[in-house]
Amino acid sequence: MPGTLVLATTKDGRLTRDTLELLAGASRLKEKLAQPVAAAILGTGVGPYVPLLFAHGADQVYRAEHPLLEGYQGDAYVVAIHQICERAQPTVVLLPGDVMGRELGPRLAYRLQAAFVGEFIDFDLDQASGRLQFTRQAYGGKAIAVVQPHVNSVVATAKLRTLEPAAQEEGRTGEEIRIDVALEASQLKTHLIKRVREEATGINLGDAKIVVSGGRGIHGPEGFKLLEDLARVLKGAVGASRAATDAGWVPSSWQIGQTGRNVSPDLYLAFGISGATQHVAGISGSKCIVAVNTDPAAPIFKVAQLGIVEDWKAVATTLIERCRELTGK
Amino acid sequence: MPLNIVVCIKQIIDPETPMSQFAIDPRTKRQAPGNNPLVISPYDANALEVAIQLKEKQGAKVTAISVGGATTTTALRSALSMGADEAILVNDPFLAGSDQRGIAHALAKTICKAGAYDLILTGCESGDWADRAVPAFLAEELEIGYVGYVTRIEVRDGQVIVRRVVEDGYELIEAKIPFLAAISSDETNTARYAKLRDIMTAAKKMIPVWKAADLGLDPERIGLGAARAAITDVYIPVKESKCEMIEGNTPEEKAATLAAKLRELKLI
Ligand SMILES: Cc1cc2nc3c(=O)[nH]c(=O)nc-3n(C[C@H](O)[C@H](O)[C@H](O)COP(=O)(O)OP(=O)(O)OC[C@H]3O[C@@H](n4cnc5c(N)ncnc54)[C@H](O)[C@@H]3O)c2cc1C
Repeated sequence: MPGTLVLATTKDGRLTRDTLELLAGASRLKEKLAQPVAAAILGTGVGPYVPLLFAHGADQVYRAEHPLLEGYQGDAYVVAIHQICERAQPTVVLLPGDVMGRELGPRLAYRLQAAFVGEFIDFDLDQASGRLQFTRQAYGGKAIAVVQPHVNSVVATAKLRTLEPAAQEEGRTGEEIRIDVALEASQLKTHLIKRVREEATGINLGDAKIVVSGGRGIHGPEGFKLLEDLARVLKGAVGASRAATDAGWVPSSWQIGQTGRNVSPDLYLAFGISGATQHVAGISGSKCIVAVNTDPAAPIFKVAQLGIVEDWKAVATTLIERCRELTGK
Repeated sequence: MPLNIVVCIKQIIDPETPMSQFAIDPRTKRQAPGNNPLVISPYDANALEVAIQLKEKQGAKVTAISVGGATTTTALRSALSMGADEAILVNDPFLAGSDQRGIAHALAKTICKAGAYDLILTGCESGDWADRAVPAFLAEELEIGYVGYVTRIEVRDGQVIVRRVVEDGYELIEAKIPFLAAISSDETNTARYAKLRDIMTAAKKMIPVWKAADLGLDPERIGLGAARAAITDVYIPVKESKCEMIEGNTPEEKAATLAAKLRELKLI
């Protein structure tokens, strides 16, 4: 049956916000194309997520349980999702634009002979042809491109923190379909040796309500300690521009922007960041952007709501003190 | 046995040019070149750096390949002056308008024709379209292992150990050769500047140009007609935002005003 298939992911016992964003996208497609929403969930012991997927808009859930699907491994996941697609025959497959989806999306598209659309920010039906078309950023966020698949099967990754997450609807149910994935350890060409977490304050950048971020203007790793203090006072996460991660001042996983994380906090504090389009691409979902930069002509002031032309350090130091007083900590 | 490393690079208009220099050609619906320089797409340059460091550490033959027009020779020559041993250009009008699958098909055939390979490196995304699809399609076509967002590679006894950036940290992953890694940047792989002497040597090297027919490319897979999607429009979005500048006599005063404002807005 034609439909939209969403690959669901979980973290710490919950569906990720990424999944809820994809389900919201799939529900919008349902309105436009009158086609049902299916979700795929892979792993072991994932049964408890099935009703949650129904509650957030899935009409069908394909559940594949296999020990080799516990945790993302590209070779295993692509085989599993491909098998689910052969059964479900979706016209549109939506994956999150994260490290996993960016690998998996094109691999799946290759196997399905489908069109691949990377990192869409929106979609609609073309007025003239009635065909589904996607919009996405191009040229490092400087332009928007409209992409129209010619074939009836599309795999697309969604730019995260662009779609609003789907709301929960109590009592909503659907059909669960179990898939027995044929998968052998010998099919896996890579295996994980070690995973190291590097979050400064223990808060995930993608979910943080407040993000404190620094760039080349911080001038070294020591400055980031101060930004971490500020993040701690504000119960936020710390991020960085590519200039700061490439300098080795902070871990690469802190990079925010086109290549790195997409964030959508209520408050994004940018210290010593010029506001290159590739950086701004990752923060456009923020409600309020505050920029502190010595250069009044820095492009970051074109996207910020509040700005201070000043050395970052003096501002950050006072901000820590004032926030401690205001929040009583 | 020294490793055979192939690095796939793309030449693009410098993606770090400011917005004021950026324009879309209304006829081609692509970026107007203007006077902007052409560069190796930044993450492809990081991939070259990773390859050349492996060569320095343990011996390797590094081949840079690219699908592109005649100007792409310049990019391949920079790759040679950075330390690549050989370079191959695939330039054929039949390839114009190919989608990611078509480009990956051309790269795969080029790599196979060039000889044995152990490692294939690409950038994790191109600076212009950032589809992140070509490396995955290439690995699929060659049926080899693939990991994206790799910043470091170690090779020991036929085993590759890569360090890959993930959302909340990093992973160490073991892979079997042959293997494809799409490279992201960190402090260990900033692309080097070529030395004058190496630029001179590179200038004398032959860069062969291969055609679709030389490679036996499948005409059903390349060119505009084979593309599974069309880019129907490209435009510069209108953004409107008003920034309120916080004034004050000292940085401390401005910061205090900011804190009060954020409190008022219930943001802190
Ligand atoms: C394909 C591609 C992908 C990319 N992906 C990303 C990405 O994901 N994320 C990302 O961030 N970038 C990305 N970039 C890089 C991006 O184009 C910029 O180079 C980068 O964002 C610049 O970082 P920055 O703002 O910290 O540095 P700069 O542009 O050098 O800006 C530093 C700023 O600090 C200010 N400053 C200096 N001293 C002080 C001080 N004492 N106090 C206050 N301000 C000060 C300066 O006025 C300046 O505005 C990408 C580029 C490409 C080509």
